[in-house]
Amino acid sequence: MAAENIKHAFFCAVITLIIAYPILGLNLIPSGAVVSLEGADGSTIAAIIAAAVVVFLFQLFRDSIMARLGFLSRVNPLSGREPMPQHKRARLESWLLTGIIVLALFWPFFVSRGSVDLATLVLIYIMLALGLNVVVGLAGLLDLGYVAFYAVGAYTFALLSQYTGISFWMSLPIGACLAALFGLVLGFPVLRLRGDYLAIVTLGFGEIIRILLNNWTHLTGGPNGIGGIPEPTLFGMEFGRRIKEEGNTSFHETFGIAYASEHKVIFLYLIALVLAVITALVIRRFMRMPVGRAWEALREDEIAARSLGLSRTAVKLSAFTIGAFFAGFAGTVFASKQGFISPESFVFLESAIILAIVVLGGMGSQIGVILAAIAVTILPELAREFSDYRMLVFGAAMVLMMVWRPQGLLPMRRIHIELKDQG
Amino acid sequence: MLEVKNLSMRFGGLLAVDQVSVDVQEHEIVSIIGPNGAGKTTVFNCISGFYKPTGGQILFEGKEIQGKPDYRISRMGMVRTFQHVRLFGNMTVVENLLVAQHRHVNTNLLAGLLKTPDYRAREKRSLDRARYWLNRVGLLDMANREAGNLAYGQQRRLEIARCMVTEPKLLMLDEPAAGLNPAETRELDQLIVSLKEDYHVSVLLIEHDMSLVMGISDRINVISQGRPLASGKPEEIRQNDDVIKAYLGEA
Ligand SMILES: Nc1ncnc2c1ncn2[C@@H]1O[C@H](COP(=O)(O)OP(=O)(O)OP(=O)(O)O)[C@@H](O)[C@H]1O
Ligand SMILES: [Mg+2]
Repeated sequence: MAAENIKHAFFCAVITLIIAYPILGLNLIPSGAVVSLEGADGSTIAAIIAAAVVVFLFQLFRDSIMARLGFLSRVNPLSGREPMPQHKRARLESWLLTGIIVLALFWPFFVSRGSVDLATLVLIYIMLALGLNVVVGLAGLLDLGYVAFYAVGAYTFALLSQYTGISFWMSLPIGACLAALFGLVLGFPVLRLRGDYLAIVTLGFGEIIRILLNNWTHLTGGPNGIGGIPEPTLFGMEFGRRIKEEGNTSFHETFGIAYASEHKVIFLYLIALVLAVITALVIRRFMRMPVGRAWEALREDEIAARSLGLSRTAVKLSAFTIGAFFAGFAGTVFASKQGFISPESFVFLESAIILAIVVLGGMGSQIGVILAAIAVTILPELAREFSDYRMLVFGAAMVLMMVWRPQGLLPMRRIHIELKDQG
Repeated sequence: MLEVKNLSMRFGGLLAVDQVSVDVQEHEIVSIIGPNGAGKTTVFNCISGFYKPTGGQILFEGKEIQGKPDYRISRMGMVRTFQHVRLFGNMTVVENLLVAQHRHVNTNLLAGLLKTPDYRAREKRSLDRARYWLNRVGLLDMANREAGNLAYGQQRRLEIARCMVTEPKLLMLDEPAAGLNPAETRELDQLIVSLKEDYHVSVLLIEHDMSLVMGISDRINVISQGRPLASGKPEEIRQNDDVIKAYLGEA
């Protein structure tokens, strides 16, 4: 046992050296037309060796360290608490949600432009995570290519506005429906696959869409992306200083106020807020409808569900399509917010982050997912001081979280339908 | 209404079911009995579409159904229970019954989102049907409990209620009395007879409890090691020498 441990720890340390040395210890120095290779200085080498030693020690004593970490979950004061009765919890939840929404409505008028911009991004992630939550949390399908549908939504708006001059409001349903259509078409052949296979195929699909966007240069502009995507208008009022589209009026002139660049940002934020609230409400409603119960039944016991006449493909497809629909929604808002999109925005990391939000929040739980979306989007911003290491900090936070609370921030508690007394 | 002709099912080298024929007429309780591992559950799995039979023919109301997907067969009006109870354990008892009625509620997403009057009416009807059947199997008090927390006998009854809310024509029960005490078995006995008498459902039953089988079956099919051994009325089976040797004698 001990010998086994030492061997394993030694192996891990060697791997660390093999990986870390070329990455950190060797530098490429461009000098004119030639590139020369240079070893790093002593301190870096020392750091690499120190890292290997740390890995060695950690692996050697891993069992006892992990046991210590597991102890953390016992420190958690909330872990042993009695669950609240359902009606009390539902009431508390709806009060909390109403409060948050009211706060969110007024908040942007008192903070900086940058904060509002970040908050819009958070809302986009909330929409994405709520959509993916349907697929992963409720229907139990591991989708690693969710970002593809986000891309479809964003590119639909970008392309339509470029080629046909369509407005944001027209494009919103079109983008969402097109993304849903993609979900339907992809899901149909793929959803017979189970677990891991499904994950791999969806991962592949996400990459295919990105590569397609990258290479279909004459349509999508390839890696250069598409710019000049218009902002949303309010009943034909534009928020820019000068009117771009003929027939539109400008917001600040109509209301006779001075032009301020904040208006545009706040307006976009409010749109994202409304759409995120709609997303949450619609999905909440779905959860109590026959579709929602079918997702759950199929996840709990597929054989029993099928014996009652539920078609596996149809039920999974509905979850996949609905999830894709909301990704398309989010994509349209994203394109409009950025004004410029390129395949860079739709890499696998994006899918991974959205999935991380769902898992961190507690699969299936809407409030948990919303909190996690806020945390995951804002934390890296706060951790900017750590610059290069912020992804590392992010990763460490995730690992700790999973040790501390593997079921997520706020694990899903089902909203039961109750049979009332004879009514 | 159900006719199984020369059904065979092979798993690799093992011929689990060999040329078995069973038929169920309307308003009839037909039992399949046989020693452990005889292939009874496999016959059920073939009929309900979980397995694709390797030979033979299955007709339901004159239509061939072998190899059709399981959910289609269930929708035609043939619903089954399982040897090991399969409930949706995290859902409440009512919700288990609502899942089963998914086709009775409007499946149109928009109607559900907007809560149209038609949708509400359907939803109410399915709740009423659930309430009726819960009352019928004596589980009304448990309606809002999680199904996984019920006692074993209650879970068995819930599984039958869950089949009944789909309004089947043929109910297939796989060892419904397994694990029940004598009092519960007697109740089950009455329930099954009442399903036939009052709700006009035919029943295909797999059971080991001889007194139950002999008491309520109109006809019995005996299979042993995948092969048909005998079939006929209960009294004929009781006197059949082959059956006594192969099955009753062993017990
Ligand atoms: N999916 C399968 N793959 C391989 N062999 C199987 C499969 N299902 C059943 N068998 C085999 O088929 C034979 C019949 O099994 P079956 O479950 O139908 O018996 P049974 O009559 O229901 O028995 P019991 O009374 O114990 O429930 C057994 O030998 C079993 O091992
Ligand atoms: Mg069996």
